[in-house]
Amino acid sequence: MFSRTYKFVITTPPLLWVTVFLLVPYALMFCYSFWSVTPAQAIVHSWNLENYQELLQKSVYWETLLRSMWIAARVMVFSLLLGYPLAYFLSFYGGKRKDLLYQMVIIPLWVSYLVRAYAWKTILGSEGVLNTLLQYVHFTRHPLEFLLYSPFAVVLTLTHIYTPFAILPIYAALEHIPRNLVEASHDLGATPAQTFWKVIFPLSIPGVVAGATFAFVLSLGDFLAPLLLGGPSGIMISNIVVSLFGAAYNWPLGAAISLGMLLIVVSLLFLSERVEKKWSFS
Amino acid sequence: MSRPSNIPRSRWLLAHASVVFAFLYLPIAVLIFYSFNGQGVGGFPPHHLTLDWYRVLFSDGAIWDSVLNSLQVALAAMGISLTFGIPAALALDRAQFPGKALFRRLVLLPLILPGIITGLSLLMLFDLTGTKLSLVTIILGHGTALISVATTEVFAGLQKLDRAQEEASLDLGADYWQTFWRVTVPNLRLPIIGAALLIFTLSMDEIAVSFFLIGRDNTLPLEIWGRLRRGITPEINAVSTIIFIFSLVTIVVWYRLRLRSEGGVDVGTELLETSEDAVAAAASTR
Amino acid sequence: MTSSITTAGVPTVSNPSSTKATLLSIRNVAKNFGRNVVLRNVSLEIAEGEFLTILGESGSGKTTLLRIIAGFETATSGELWMGGERLDHQPPYRRRVNTVFQHYALFPHLTVEQNVAYGLRVAKRPAAEIAQRVTEALEKVKMTAYAKAKPAKISGGQQQRVALARALVNRPRLLLLDEPLSALDANLRRQMQVELKSLQREVGIAFVFVTHDQEEAMVMSDRIALLRSGELEQVASPPEIYRRPATAYVAQFIGHTNLLKAEVRGGVVHWGGVSWPSSLPDGPTLFSLRPEHIRLAGGALAPGAVRVRGRIVQRAFHGATELIRVRCADGQVLAVRTAGGSGVQDPVELEFLPADAIPVRESSERN
Repeated sequence: MFSRTYKFVITTPPLLWVTVFLLVPYALMFCYSFWSVTPAQAIVHSWNLENYQELLQKSVYWETLLRSMWIAARVMVFSLLLGYPLAYFLSFYGGKRKDLLYQMVIIPLWVSYLVRAYAWKTILGSEGVLNTLLQYVHFTRHPLEFLLYSPFAVVLTLTHIYTPFAILPIYAALEHIPRNLVEASHDLGATPAQTFWKVIFPLSIPGVVAGATFAFVLSLGDFLAPLLLGGPSGIMISNIVVSLFGAAYNWPLGAAISLGMLLIVVSLLFLSERVEKKWSFS
Repeated sequence: MSRPSNIPRSRWLLAHASVVFAFLYLPIAVLIFYSFNGQGVGGFPPHHLTLDWYRVLFSDGAIWDSVLNSLQVALAAMGISLTFGIPAALALDRAQFPGKALFRRLVLLPLILPGIITGLSLLMLFDLTGTKLSLVTIILGHGTALISVATTEVFAGLQKLDRAQEEASLDLGADYWQTFWRVTVPNLRLPIIGAALLIFTLSMDEIAVSFFLIGRDNTLPLEIWGRLRRGITPEINAVSTIIFIFSLVTIVVWYRLRLRSEGGVDVGTELLETSEDAVAAAASTR
Repeated sequence: MTSSITTAGVPTVSNPSSTKATLLSIRNVAKNFGRNVVLRNVSLEIAEGEFLTILGESGSGKTTLLRIIAGFETATSGELWMGGERLDHQPPYRRRVNTVFQHYALFPHLTVEQNVAYGLRVAKRPAAEIAQRVTEALEKVKMTAYAKAKPAKISGGQQQRVALARALVNRPRLLLLDEPLSALDANLRRQMQVELKSLQREVGIAFVFVTHDQEEAMVMSDRIALLRSGELEQVASPPEIYRRPATAYVAQFIGHTNLLKAEVRGGVVHWGGVSWPSSLPDGPTLFSLRPEHIRLAGGALAPGAVRVRGRIVQRAFHGATELIRVRCADGQVLAVRTAGGSGVQDPVELEFLPADAIPVRESSERN
């Protein structure tokens, strides 16, 4: 029905743009990772593997990466623990208010990341709302130091930011479960609890995997929360990259780390997609 | 019906839901509240409610400059995203071409990847080509990253579009170009407006990609960021409150539009192979 | 064992074979959804081992009634009793009742085998017993070859059999079927009707079958309960309900009929220029006359028969029979069923026996 010209016209411009501004940049990042920088802070296009050797040998990179993954893992787990019951509540108990409740879930998503991270900063500081409140009600006598400038603060803030991200796909998956399956399960003698574990949860797994991947991947690559709230012990891998593109001026090394992150992320996405396919039955 | 009638109402679920909603909203509530606090941020209980910080905000030139910059960027990014995102949706719906699967993934990737990767890769492109960093580079970054939003929304709209309408138009003598403007686009009005709203809001809030592509002029988030590095002032609370209200209004409007055009909010899952992509489509870019 | 026509508006109920005990007793069940009254005062006794069809148009409340029995809805008022206990106080997972859903509701993440085994697993039966009963059930519905397949891979008809097996394997006391054949094409449907009927005979469990298709109901049921706007019009066996419809609605819903608006005066029925004796009370009376009971008049008048003249308005060829519409003297149109291809001249003369004109109640208006 659509002529060849039509198809050509709708395909070519986006294809070109995406190639130039998405594909090529990734390829460039690949190239940069093999170059080096002179002490005079000039980037030299000499192809070598020094950056990768540096990454493999120096422990600071590994430690930071592992710490970042640990933080991301915690964010993922907490987001799921907080998010799944809420998604379930919304889907099965939402009733007439479902729309309103759904909006209440997505609104925080769209409120600026910065605003939300900043809010936590003001709450968790030693002069912050939480500390002064606790002292005011005589719950503690001194400000709790670990609240801010710690991995705790980073995990807390990122959980706050990414829980709605986890809720959405779980909710979508739950909504797709035909309600007559729940009835059928009851009809066959399963209690609500048994029905949840045998029917509802298995069918919601693709949503869970999606939400988990999302929370993990985005937390892993986050650099803003650590900068605002992480303190020296909350440095994450992206912060190293940021400094390499900033004061520590070593673009090639930064590119190498970024490439590594890209590979990790893409592998995780690929993996989670496989798992989701396996658990999707429609 | 949303639940079988014999299932007991669950108090625990309700309690959990309330706690999570509180967790999601309390920090923002605190922020807003303290923007009216005379003593500044921190300290409890708050004394002395005042509008001073808003007054300070309104006379702050640098903030307004950055707002203006952000608006320019958002509008331009909207233009780019729609210009390339709409044809992309059409292409995915109607054309077969080599590399289609790769293209689809590539377009959606910026939404799922941490912004730092998108930002840095573009930075390297600009560096290699000798492009100076400025608002233009930010516009290019936002526009590229947000194409996927336009594509997803329009693609979902295309699924609801009755092919027969376009066939009827062709049958009645209109050519492809005319059919596009007279039939296709009017039917896609709501998805396009929805996408535009979303892109605008996301661009206004965007910080991660902008971080690396910024030149001399700041966007609003980056201006705020700069001040944050220097210390907390309640003025920031004030501007954050205003941002929150704008986002709130925009998203509610977007959601209502979505409801109207689809009778339900199923976020373009037709285009996307996994629900993970669906989340990406529903989520903001960093 | 006769159905009687009452004047009080209470639906007629005829008992099934007096040797069958009552399994489920539905007493005065009513159901509202907000201000929408879906069921009003339904009472019904379902016998052990019988095949009962709840027949009705969409919106008649038949599915709601079924769901109340299954436990997915609670009646606004009324009671359900089974085996000497209140059934409606129990949640669906404790009732010895199983359902075959309209769209089968097979669990997509489980194989056919696992679907069928579901109820037994939940009841924690021993593995050997489960395996044996599942195999038996699959054999009964002829789906043994598909045991390891997932529902997405089998056809609609096959899914329906699996749904049946999944319900029956639990040996319920009552099986509910919610329009299970409506998604099948005509041929498959007819085949399944026969299979279901013989399956029911084989397992001996009471089946309550819901449908809007009156032909289906007639073919399969021991008894039909015709539901209209939330109330039972008539409950009787298919022959009974066909030959002695209680109301005009029943007469028209089941098969074709002609409704004669007649007047009884002094022991004589007057209609369309003819009359015949009757013992009915005076007043306007409605009669149901089936098209197959009207013959083309020829030769001598049969004893006691009545003749009317008319002009042919329409003829419809149905293969073995023909349905001819004839306009009679006072404007009423009669539908006449004759052998197909019979030579018919216009104007026609029609003949019928007054005994075939069954008096029926007017159906009350219900909103």
